[in-house]
Amino acid sequence: MLRTVGAESLDALIEAAVPASIRPTDELRFDAIGDGLSEGRVLDELRGLASRNRVFRSYLGMGYSDCVTPPVLQRNILEDPRWYTPYTPYQSEVSQGRLEALLNFQTMVIDLTGMEIANASLLDEGTAAAEAMAMCHQIRHDRGSTFLVSSDCHPATIAVVQTRASRIGIRVVVGDHREFGFHDEVFAALVQYPASDGAIHDFRPMVERAHQGGSLVVVAADILSLALLTPPGEWNADVVVGTTQRFGVPMGYGGPHAAFLATRDAHKRLLPGRIVGVSRDRDGNPGLRLAIQTREQHIRRERATSNICTAQVLLAVVASMYAVYHGPDGIRRIAQRVHDTAAALESGLRDMGCETGTRPYFDTVRVRVGDGRADAVATRARERHMNLRILDPDTICVAVDETTTLADVDDLLAVFSGVDAPPAAGRLFRAGNGYDAWLERTSSYLTHPVFSRYHSETEMMRYLNRLANRDLSLASSMIPLGSCTMKLNAAAELMPITWPEFARIHPYVPQDQAGGYSALISKLETMLAEITGFDAVSMQPNAGSQGEYAGLLVIMKYHHDNGQAHRNVCLIPQSAHGTNPASAAMAGMKIVVVKCDSCGNIDLADLRVQAEANAGSLAALMVTYPSTHGVFEEPIREICDIVHRFGGQVYLDGANMNAQVGIARPGDYGADVCHLNLHKTFCIPHGGGGPGMGPIGVRAHLAPYLPTHPLVRTGGERGIGAISSAPYGSPSILPIPYAYIRLMGTEGLRRATEVAILNANYVARRLDPHFPVLYKGATGLVAHECIIDLRPIKATSGIEVEDVAKRLADYGFHASTVSFPVPGTMMIEPTESESREELDRFCDAMIAIREEIAAIEQGRADRVDNVIKNAPHTAAHVTADHWEHAYTREQAAYPAPWTREAKYWPPVARVDNVYGDRNLICSCGSVADYDG
Amino acid sequence: MPVPSELKYSQTHEWVRVDGDAATVGITDHAQAELGDVVYVELPEPGRVLALDEVFGTVESVKAVSDLYSPVSGEVIEANTTLPDATEVVNQDPYGEGWMVRIRMAAPSELENLMDAADYDRFAQEGAH
Repeated sequence: MLRTVGAESLDALIEAAVPASIRPTDELRFDAIGDGLSEGRVLDELRGLASRNRVFRSYLGMGYSDCVTPPVLQRNILEDPRWYTPYTPYQSEVSQGRLEALLNFQTMVIDLTGMEIANASLLDEGTAAAEAMAMCHQIRHDRGSTFLVSSDCHPATIAVVQTRASRIGIRVVVGDHREFGFHDEVFAALVQYPASDGAIHDFRPMVERAHQGGSLVVVAADILSLALLTPPGEWNADVVVGTTQRFGVPMGYGGPHAAFLATRDAHKRLLPGRIVGVSRDRDGNPGLRLAIQTREQHIRRERATSNICTAQVLLAVVASMYAVYHGPDGIRRIAQRVHDTAAALESGLRDMGCETGTRPYFDTVRVRVGDGRADAVATRARERHMNLRILDPDTICVAVDETTTLADVDDLLAVFSGVDAPPAAGRLFRAGNGYDAWLERTSSYLTHPVFSRYHSETEMMRYLNRLANRDLSLASSMIPLGSCTMKLNAAAELMPITWPEFARIHPYVPQDQAGGYSALISKLETMLAEITGFDAVSMQPNAGSQGEYAGLLVIMKYHHDNGQAHRNVCLIPQSAHGTNPASAAMAGMKIVVVKCDSCGNIDLADLRVQAEANAGSLAALMVTYPSTHGVFEEPIREICDIVHRFGGQVYLDGANMNAQVGIARPGDYGADVCHLNLHKTFCIPHGGGGPGMGPIGVRAHLAPYLPTHPLVRTGGERGIGAISSAPYGSPSILPIPYAYIRLMGTEGLRRATEVAILNANYVARRLDPHFPVLYKGATGLVAHECIIDLRPIKATSGIEVEDVAKRLADYGFHASTVSFPVPGTMMIEPTESESREELDRFCDAMIAIREEIAAIEQGRADRVDNVIKNAPHTAAHVTADHWEHAYTREQAAYPAPWTREAKYWPPVARVDNVYGDRNLICSCGSVADYDG
Repeated sequence: MPVPSELKYSQTHEWVRVDGDAATVGITDHAQAELGDVVYVELPEPGRVLALDEVFGTVESVKAVSDLYSPVSGEVIEANTTLPDATEVVNQDPYGEGWMVRIRMAAPSELENLMDAADYDRFAQEGAH
């Protein structure tokens, strides 16, 4: 491989590829990381950390409930690489399995909330509420900028909404929903159903008042409760948000889990996040794809409805399959039993003379203990390994869940009685507690056959297997995407995430129950700080987009504290990923675009001009390094210097960190903030489009501004507030980067980067004669990815880059990144995980496709009816009785020798995106209609 | 690409057909070809008063969004209400059935700043590569 790229050694290659100006003079030493360990040793270490977490019964509620992950789902989704390794389903034809699972998710949300359209998915309930606020602000742009928030909402939700509002001119007023005044200034209101303290309010009069006043209503709802309660859609809510965590996803000390946002059809074009839609393929069969993508940041950039990119696909799949597995009756039974358990607790408490909160409630009972005794009661509970929520000095809230037994209720009664009372809950238990007519749900839900078909483990297992086989994942072949780092997600790294000591911890437990997590997080922070050259790290951002947003807020607050609050200009190079401008817009910044030169590098002269022209108002530069063009830009230090000279801070997008770990550190060459995509560089699996983690590292002067949390002490003393519902984002997947770093050690991390650069240059060198490599560094080398130019081919053959992407599926490969950052090109990042054999197989496929294109150019193949334009080819297509193409069936389906050994059959032919966007269908009820 | 000679053109690829004090506005054949299959069109309500170069609507394909800029100032008399349910017409007949709005011009002299067909044709070709 070194010979192919023309280097004498790996060291020589790195020396030539990576500019000397960013390489430290001495080899980087990571003292906190040390040497790599064996898998056994690392797992022992993680077991040690896990043992320092103490699993108490959680009755804390506030949007997090313990639940049962059906083992059939754990084994066949969470622990199956065919589900956890795929990429976001942009390439519809090779993603039909998870697209169907996500369509089920949307249908489940639509049914349970009583709304018309839902997305799949958002990061957590707090950010979902904030997205709903921003969305309503756009819908009611003709009104004022006041957003009313019920004080009965979960505290973290209120905090996240307040942070998000602060930079975009929205005034948040927190108060009693009964006293909301809907004057002209108010564009919308947010309420919680059931409320955070358990009470269920009749919001109908408030909704009516809001609508009369011209305002919208957002409802944060508990999805399980909606199986029993009249859904918000039936009392005219405009937007419903919430989390699906309790549908089979462990609490995980706060995440990850999938949130949702559902609304009326009329607002669909302002819905944030990804939406799966039904369309048809070229043969007229149903085909699923991501719909109306023009809403999203990768197309609309600073004018996108949101900056969300990576979502929570894997967890949305789990939640949707929880509904598929249990079905409408099962979900109702679970909800009813949870409510009956709460009712048994409540009557027991009443019997012993406790004053409980007003009825009705669903799963949370509010108990007035009086005389400032709440703390004492909670302490007594902790002695018995139970966590209760102290609402105020006189009041306790107890939230039960599907794991709560009657024995647990006895234990709770004992805590409140203060003596070891004889078991009583069984006596009090009454099944089927109902609600008053206005509140009792009468409408049906989950009526589509998919929710009634797979209730046995055998059927469920096969359904999941069938869907998984429709998709290309890392289990089948390399995913040669650029800018996404689809590297190995090692089995050993993933094992700890389902251990109960990591999985069954509520995010707001007292610190002494989360000693393992605290140690894990603090060690990981230290290691990441060492790798990036920063002084402090925040784990709170749940994805790269959230990291960008948090980082920009940190910068803005720093300017503010330095008397520079007027600084609001954010310089963004033309070549930036769409999330950059979208995040800057959300941070209330003014975006100024910096040109790129013909080599794809930042135009230094233009940067100087723009920085100088905005000297008085320059807040930041957002820069990706190596660039989105896959090149180590030589003058990165100079770029940072220019920005600093004019008073700005440098935000480094760490999406391409895989080209630097162990070789160069952003903190050393001039960046002030940087996010790390732990789901790229640090091995958290992509999950088919999430979970992700986007922690940020900052230099010391920005540390005081790191995100905080209303309920848990974390972040800086002058922090920007909460940007996620949970204080540490998605901690249950943090054992993955931790294990990766410990397995690799200092040496291994550097070696991985070197091999990633070698692999990219090897692919570039092999493909260059067939598809010219668009950008190279000064030494003719690329960084960890390369862009190949397919634009000339369009003129000579009529073949477009999308056609090649689809043809790769016939060869058994997922497409490379198409038309980003340059239209008409493909970007390839092979990562260090791929063997030479796999790289060759991919290159051979690309070269073979180039030969197929040559046949068209030379007139040996038809310009319209050819293997590429008609790709991908389904089994039904090539085995049909009629075959009227100018090429053979074998050329269509078996274009390379390896396809004889293991053939991937795309389940659908080319999906018609235009038809789907013109005839939008986003739930599976409609699939059946479509079938009929 | 057809560029009808009787129309006026803006740098943002709108065309204008003048009929007395009314201007009919749409997007050019070049613009629809660049966008690809149009899947969504958003147009203003009649009665809205537009300034010169004000955004009056949006047209989207599956992978691109384009704002519509008013090439003249004036009041919207009529919007093509059939378009949102038949967006393909923008691709099929951009200068005819694919028209978007009719505007009662407030300052017809603004037309002088627009390009004629020959100039626009050159302009579009230059921008194409």
